[in-house]
Amino acid sequence: MGDQQFEALKGVSFDVTAGEFVAIMGASGSGKSTCMNILGCLDLPSSGSYLLDGLDVGGMTTNQLADIRNKKLGFVFQGFNLLARTPAIENVELPLVYAGLNAKERRQQAIVAMEQVGLAGKENNHPSQLSGGQQQRVAIARALVNNPSVILADEPTGNLDSSTTEEIMGLFTALNRQGITIIMVTHEHDVAAYAGRQITFKDGRIISDSKINQTD
Amino acid sequence: MDFLQTLKIALRALRTNKMRSFLTMLGIIIGIAAVIAMMAVGTGASYVISQQIASIGSNIILVIPGSTTSGGLRTGSGGAQTLSSDDVKAIMAECPSVAYAAGTVRTSGQVVYGNMNWSSIIMGGTPELFEIREWPVVSGRPINQDDENGAIKVCLLGQTVAENLFGSADPVGNIIRIKKIPFTVIGVLERKGQSPQGTDQDDAVFVPLRTAQRNLVRSQRTGIVGAVIVKAKNEELINKAESEIQSLLNQRHRITGGKEPDYSTRNLSEILAVAEKSAKAMSLLLGAVASISLIVGGIGIMNIMLVSVTERTREIGIRMAIGAKKNDILLQFMTEAVLLTMLGGLIGIALGAGGATVVSRLLEWPTMISFQSIAIAFIFSGAVGIFFGFYPAKKAAGLNPIDALRYE
Ligand SMILES: Nc1ncnc2c1ncn2[C@@H]1O[C@H](COP(=O)(O)OP(=O)(O)O)[C@@H](O)[C@H]1O
Ligand SMILES: [Mg+2]
Repeated sequence: MGDQQFEALKGVSFDVTAGEFVAIMGASGSGKSTCMNILGCLDLPSSGSYLLDGLDVGGMTTNQLADIRNKKLGFVFQGFNLLARTPAIENVELPLVYAGLNAKERRQQAIVAMEQVGLAGKENNHPSQLSGGQQQRVAIARALVNNPSVILADEPTGNLDSSTTEEIMGLFTALNRQGITIIMVTHEHDVAAYAGRQITFKDGRIISDSKINQTD
Repeated sequence: MDFLQTLKIALRALRTNKMRSFLTMLGIIIGIAAVIAMMAVGTGASYVISQQIASIGSNIILVIPGSTTSGGLRTGSGGAQTLSSDDVKAIMAECPSVAYAAGTVRTSGQVVYGNMNWSSIIMGGTPELFEIREWPVVSGRPINQDDENGAIKVCLLGQTVAENLFGSADPVGNIIRIKKIPFTVIGVLERKGQSPQGTDQDDAVFVPLRTAQRNLVRSQRTGIVGAVIVKAKNEELINKAESEIQSLLNQRHRITGGKEPDYSTRNLSEILAVAEKSAKAMSLLLGAVASISLIVGGIGIMNIMLVSVTERTREIGIRMAIGAKKNDILLQFMTEAVLLTMLGGLIGIALGAGGATVVSRLLEWPTMISFQSIAIAFIFSGAVGIFFGFYPAKKAAGLNPIDALRYE
């Protein structure tokens, strides 16, 4: 690809209000992950702008972006992305380490987050000693330990069986009821059905948005 | 991010690959151990040399008969009898930079007490000799001017002679025979130990110069001395005293124009300077060896750190996604590299110190491990970690989080 420009997203524009639960759908290669990377402040749009809490992310330094990811956002990945050979509790503590909290505060908040995802008692298990569903719960605990306003989940159930998928989706629904905004990428319609709003991508463009369709 | 946590993460990373961490450290371990051991042996040796040189006495100039040719070959040494007691008196009287001058003669022979006998060096010297050599008696009294003037048959024993003839008994007041001539023991000298040439300085018997000249040594003329030992008034005056002695003796011995002097002078501070120079050259060489081994070790560290950064690309991506800043990642990998080299440095110091101790036990070679050398080794190993860890750490910190997260 080298110097060649590839437009992964074209003319994409949408608003998400606080407390929404949004599912992003679309075929593979349609630009869902690219969109999530921008929403997650991991990537900046080459043109256009992204406002988070009314602030334009475009002009920020890498350190400011790191701070936003740390304090306002929580990430859940398809492949869990936990640190191997590191106890679950320390994985959950990780965002607090970079937030500069001391060891005692970190441990207290991490224990609360572990309880919230129903993993009390598994604090010292390493990821390899946990099932896929449990690993994803650890990842969710890590995403919510910093009390973020938004949780971004890219195909969080892609690696899980259907009963585990139900558990995880139950967890997301509960977190959404507590006021956390959730934006989730998924292929599956029954997973997308948990969300209050579905946005569908095709070839880098939004082809349908259930919120807009309703007002139509 | 607090330092304790950074340290904990680095330790975990090193523990994960124990064998690899150890092999990586090996270069540093060997380098530092070699430096510590060599420095211990080197400082031990130079300490002993300086002790021995100090045992001869400070600010000393030696005047010996026979000349040195321009090529450095000494002619007529030993047999030459060109220095006399009158020369010694003249040096004392006419050289302002000289504190003391003593004529000495030297021979060897049997020393007998009762049924004990011992072969030793017999030295004749004026009372000033013991001032010059800073060599007091531990029992009895020293040789005085009356003994010298009257050529009295009295002697002082070195510790080795005293032990071999008298055991633990006090020799003072007893009569011994030196070359079959009876002498009264008037005192025992303090222990001196080895000379820089490695001879036992305590294996000697001292008698007044004139007594020795009359009874113990043969000479063509009366009043011949084998050597003159001179003490300059202070360190700064050593060279001045030496040239004063040379011009005085040239005048007395009628040495003019291109004529070779019939004596030569040796300045112990020159010997010391030469020893110091070679010690400096030695430590420079050690420094070169050390830096080469540390550079080689450092390159090994850099190599492994680069591998580690590649292997842990995904981990770096995760950390960045959840809020790690570039500096956090930089610090994490730098800490790992420095921990690796400092740990290697510590093991190397322990190994080097242990090796030096074993060498000194087995070979009876003195070794000294200075705090300074340990501190330098430790700081150096840390510096190697910082230097060679920086590039890999920079590479890790410069990763793009999206690419890093996608890395398989
Ligand atoms: N770094 C990149 N360089 C070039 N093309 C890319 C890059 N990242 C993504 N793409 C392309 O952009 C499109 C959208 O990718 P992505 O957002 O990952 O899709 P999705 O997550 O919906 O499967 C794909 O066609 C992909 O090949
Ligand atoms: Mg994708």
